[in-house]
Amino acid sequence: MHNINAIYKKELRSFFTSPMAYIFLVVFALVNGYFFTNTFFLYNQSDMRALFGIVPMVYLFFIPAVSMGLISREKGIGTIEIISTLPIKERDIVIGKYLAGFTLILISLFTTIIHYFTLIKFGTTIDHGAVFTGYLGLALVAGVYTSIGVFASSLTENQVIAFIVGIAIVLVFFLMDKLLYFVPASMAGIIQYMSTEFHLSNISRGVIDTRNLIYFGSIIGFFLFMTTRVLESRKWS
Amino acid sequence: MIKIENLTKHYGDVKAVKSISFDLEDTQIVGFLGANGAGKSTTLKMMTGYLTPTNGNVYVDNKNIIDHSIEIQKMIGYLPELNPLYGEMKVHDYLKFHADVRGITGYDFNKSLEKVVSECGLQGVVHKTVSNCSKGYKQRIGLAAAMIHDPKVLILDEPVTGLDPNQIVEIRELIKRLGKQKLVLMSSHILQEIQATVDRIIIIHNGEIVADGTSDELINDSKGLSELEIELLDADESKIKDMKAKVPSINVKSIMTTDSKSKKVTLEHNSNSDPRKDVFEYVVKNKWTLIQMNSSKRNLEDIFRKLTKQGVKADA
Repeated sequence: MHNINAIYKKELRSFFTSPMAYIFLVVFALVNGYFFTNTFFLYNQSDMRALFGIVPMVYLFFIPAVSMGLISREKGIGTIEIISTLPIKERDIVIGKYLAGFTLILISLFTTIIHYFTLIKFGTTIDHGAVFTGYLGLALVAGVYTSIGVFASSLTENQVIAFIVGIAIVLVFFLMDKLLYFVPASMAGIIQYMSTEFHLSNISRGVIDTRNLIYFGSIIGFFLFMTTRVLESRKWS
Repeated sequence: MIKIENLTKHYGDVKAVKSISFDLEDTQIVGFLGANGAGKSTTLKMMTGYLTPTNGNVYVDNKNIIDHSIEIQKMIGYLPELNPLYGEMKVHDYLKFHADVRGITGYDFNKSLEKVVSECGLQGVVHKTVSNCSKGYKQRIGLAAAMIHDPKVLILDEPVTGLDPNQIVEIRELIKRLGKQKLVLMSSHILQEIQATVDRIIIIHNGEIVADGTSDELINDSKGLSELEIELLDADESKIKDMKAKVPSINVKSIMTTDSKSKKVTLEHNSNSDPRKDVFEYVVKNKWTLIQMNSSKRNLEDIFRKLTKQGVKADA
């Protein structure tokens, strides 16, 4: 446990000692703020649906960018040999790094809370529960995309490749829901279940179903497990 | 302390390390010497758990690296080749990270930090960013991180590569001091470096151990030729050439006349014989003046070259 914590602290520190974290946070806040306020006063509706619709799109690029360096950079500069020969299990390295990336993304998600205050100020009959589940859904999707980003980062020592592979895999999960028209009916159920959008929309509607939670948990677990295996594979190179 | 048993590593078809075995004792400095690509780093990477051996095993305190890598990694401090560091971190934070992983916190950390900072001479840079430090400092930061938990075993892969001569001397002194309390295993492809620092030399070539012993042992074992250099005044060349008749164990290799009209003579003799007394008596008999006599034992460089060449032949 203290190893996960040591890795977590190191990663978070390295996010915030470079300008990277601040740039990410500002860009994320600006992009989401722009798309939210653009339509908020126009539609004249007391909800945050516009925001919850745009954040997953921004995530598509934002999360692979945050996580691309988590492991690939260590491979690139050779420090992977340092952490791999410290008494830390590969699993703990992966979890520590994952949690650090996830934390940065939660912080960025937190910047959008300001729109909630705008809503309270101007809105009437606000459904606070829907706002809460909306945020919960976004956090869970962020968790899935971060695990994909960490996995992509473990495959290469080149951050740009990690970024592109990350986007590609995230896109598959993002688009599955939109592909349903093109797949045979027998497959549709499975494909729909695999898609993040399907589970996100369930939660955003205010329904917290264990099936959705199990989905998010198992996808995160799967990618973190695969990342651990990729890290361990160096031993048999 | 450490026992290496039939350690083997194949990268695909390339046999990087071919079934090597050796033992290392508690406190000594052992030099792992070999040309580039001889298998030094691969061996060290297997000892630290970075790579899994294709065959054989590494035992540290009777624990083996395949089943107990975490326990062994706790006992070892490792400085990888090229000394990779997190450039964006402060030196203090970098050492703190290593201490955190080793479970050293609070007061214990302050004590360990103070100790490695003074041992490695890092006083001036503790609050600097790693990437702003000079190469010599970076090397010492890497060393400090490897020994923050006061390990029983230090494994250093090419610790002096790329340093300037003053820095090399500093690191060498540091390693010598450490070798009094720990087992230090260092690799190098630079022979002088190994010779100046270590108690025991293991020469590896093409993935096999070709020699193992102290510097003197290796030289004595090699049974080659040694050189004796003398400088004479008032000597004439033909008589010098006749020396072989009186002192049969030597060969006159070269005669050179210097500016000051003395003659520098190089004699060759078998390493296990000592012809100095006979040579001196011959000089006295001829009433020459002997102003200098240097016995140069075969140096390790010749032996290294010979061993690593033999290896190539045996392999071909």
